[in-house]
Amino acid sequence: MKEKFSTITSTCVPLPMENVDTDQIIPARFLKATSREGFGDNLFRDWRYDKDGNPVKDFVLNDPTYSGCILVAGKNFGSGSSREHAAWAIHDYGFRVVVSSFFADIHKNNELNNFVLPVVVSEPFLAELFESIAANPRTEVKVDLPSQTITNLATGNSETFDINAYKKQCLSEGLDDIEYLLSKKDDIEAWEAKR
Amino acid sequence: MGKTLFDKIWDAHVVNNIEGGPSQLYIDRHYCHEVTSPQAFEGLRTRGLKVFRPEKTFCSPDHNIPTLNQDKPIADPVSRNQVETLTRNANEFGVTLFGLGHAKNGIIHVIGPENGLTLPGYTIVCGDSHTSTHGAFGAVAFGIGTSEVEMVLASQCILQPKPKTMRINVNGQLRPGVTAKDIALYIIAKMTTGGATGYFVEYAGDTIRNLSMEERMTVCNLSIEMGARGGMIAPDETTFAYVEGREFAPKGEEWEKAVAYWRTLPSDPDAEFDREINFDAADIEPRITFGTNPGMGIGINDPIPAPDPEDEAGKISYEKSLDYMGFKVGQVLAGTPIDYVFLGSCTNGRIEDFRAFANFVKGKKKAPGVTAWLVPGSWKVDAQIREEGLDKILEEAGFEIRQPGCSACLAMNEDKVPAGKLAVSTSNRNFEGRQGPGSRTILAGPLVAAASAVTGVLTDPRTV
Repeated sequence: MKEKFSTITSTCVPLPMENVDTDQIIPARFLKATSREGFGDNLFRDWRYDKDGNPVKDFVLNDPTYSGCILVAGKNFGSGSSREHAAWAIHDYGFRVVVSSFFADIHKNNELNNFVLPVVVSEPFLAELFESIAANPRTEVKVDLPSQTITNLATGNSETFDINAYKKQCLSEGLDDIEYLLSKKDDIEAWEAKR
Repeated sequence: MGKTLFDKIWDAHVVNNIEGGPSQLYIDRHYCHEVTSPQAFEGLRTRGLKVFRPEKTFCSPDHNIPTLNQDKPIADPVSRNQVETLTRNANEFGVTLFGLGHAKNGIIHVIGPENGLTLPGYTIVCGDSHTSTHGAFGAVAFGIGTSEVEMVLASQCILQPKPKTMRINVNGQLRPGVTAKDIALYIIAKMTTGGATGYFVEYAGDTIRNLSMEERMTVCNLSIEMGARGGMIAPDETTFAYVEGREFAPKGEEWEKAVAYWRTLPSDPDAEFDREINFDAADIEPRITFGTNPGMGIGINDPIPAPDPEDEAGKISYEKSLDYMGFKVGQVLAGTPIDYVFLGSCTNGRIEDFRAFANFVKGKKKAPGVTAWLVPGSWKVDAQIREEGLDKILEEAGFEIRQPGCSACLAMNEDKVPAGKLAVSTSNRNFEGRQGPGSRTILAGPLVAAASAVTGVLTDPRTV
């Protein structure tokens, strides 16, 4: 069944690191699968577990203080490798929204294609959100796709975020790009013919 | 107003523009490897679809293959399954495969150009961020995710928002001992690891213009390491001379027509870019990285800089990075003992890289404590190494040549740098654990790698 995206209110998992690359989100040695399932177990594997496979206590995913389906990360989230496995891992773990002050281009597309909403906020909004979560780990954030707004419910401050109208419709109605492209086969053949 | 090289190619491939959304872009060439394609082929199967234009897709297993004993079954059953899945998918869907053991097998970004599959004016995609390599030919080439691989297989099109344009001009004479890799590492350090996000970059200026095709590929390859959607260089006589006569390149009358079209592609003199940046080639020294992203780079004799005091948020990541590497602010890394040297990858795995490395180590000996992995980018590169006798030079200096593949660049196979060990690597990423869990990577060009391999410490090639 296709997912649909509307409004989410949730507590957050804070990851105040910058330039979190997709090798950290899912290391290369876990890319050998031929299906899309199960990558959440190895999300942030080498930050989350030590070399013997024991959970690293102070890593945020192992800290029961923090939970929720919104991941909040420092700027340039998802840099490096194009591996969509990173988006699959984020989704499989249970995140539906990632908030950052900017995303690497390929990873941003990968999130959108997997019904994870990348929300780009200003640096001050992000800094305040990290502070709110540090002060109260139960801080909730409301992400409203129809109105394209994100609200820090601890402070009441909100911002609008960008998403192109096409992708917004895809997320809202559970459509994917392949369905769109298949509906354009005639256009593609006509384009090829006049080339 | 004139158009940029990027705009000319992009605009010529737009099938539709979705109002308020992305462009539907037609793709001329699609490359596939074993790691990012299985779920895309499976998606086609689930939807009951065929590959729309199978003659435009070429596959080569490269990421997850051993670099020894490729004639034997792959020992790791999970890796073996992934490579065999690519073979099954290529056969079932009728796309061309240069499989393990094939004379044309190799790293996908090495074999595309060397077989004439990569051409100027093309739109080129692959489920791999280093697809930007092909921009060296004056193509719009960029990495995509697996859902997008499925789109291309299903429709030969992709939906993409049009990026902004940036021109990076490098002018002036390069100093001795400075390679194309050093140019790229210099630019990335100046731009930072995310500094070109949202942009498609054109490299220009006389320094770039004077580079060989292989050097241009090295520069364009690393565009993603500053976040750029892609990087490209206008096609010129150097480009045409490289492409002419290669197997899949146009021939005869078709060739003449193609060249005439390619000559129209360079950015018009009055074309405007969203950003334009200038660098002086004389400022570039042999480069190394000291941290855990490719933007954390310095000249080989420079001390590690302090983090930006204004950037409070960035400080945590910077300190974590230095802590991981075991380095300190102010430290000069030249002279630091090293454990591993890796020559290879889509960044520096071509014949000119092997020539540079071999010429440097000729008559010298590999330092006893150093493990060196020399991995050609393709079987064609391997054949040329042997034809030119570079294998003899390397063997006499104590080096062995392994079989082609991505190898220790991302360490999906057995070529893993052990935890804590320090590697000088000609590859493209120094991320935490990139070359194996706990491994520490210093990115450099082939000359720094060669100099360090013979001395056993991180070495400026101009001092040996």
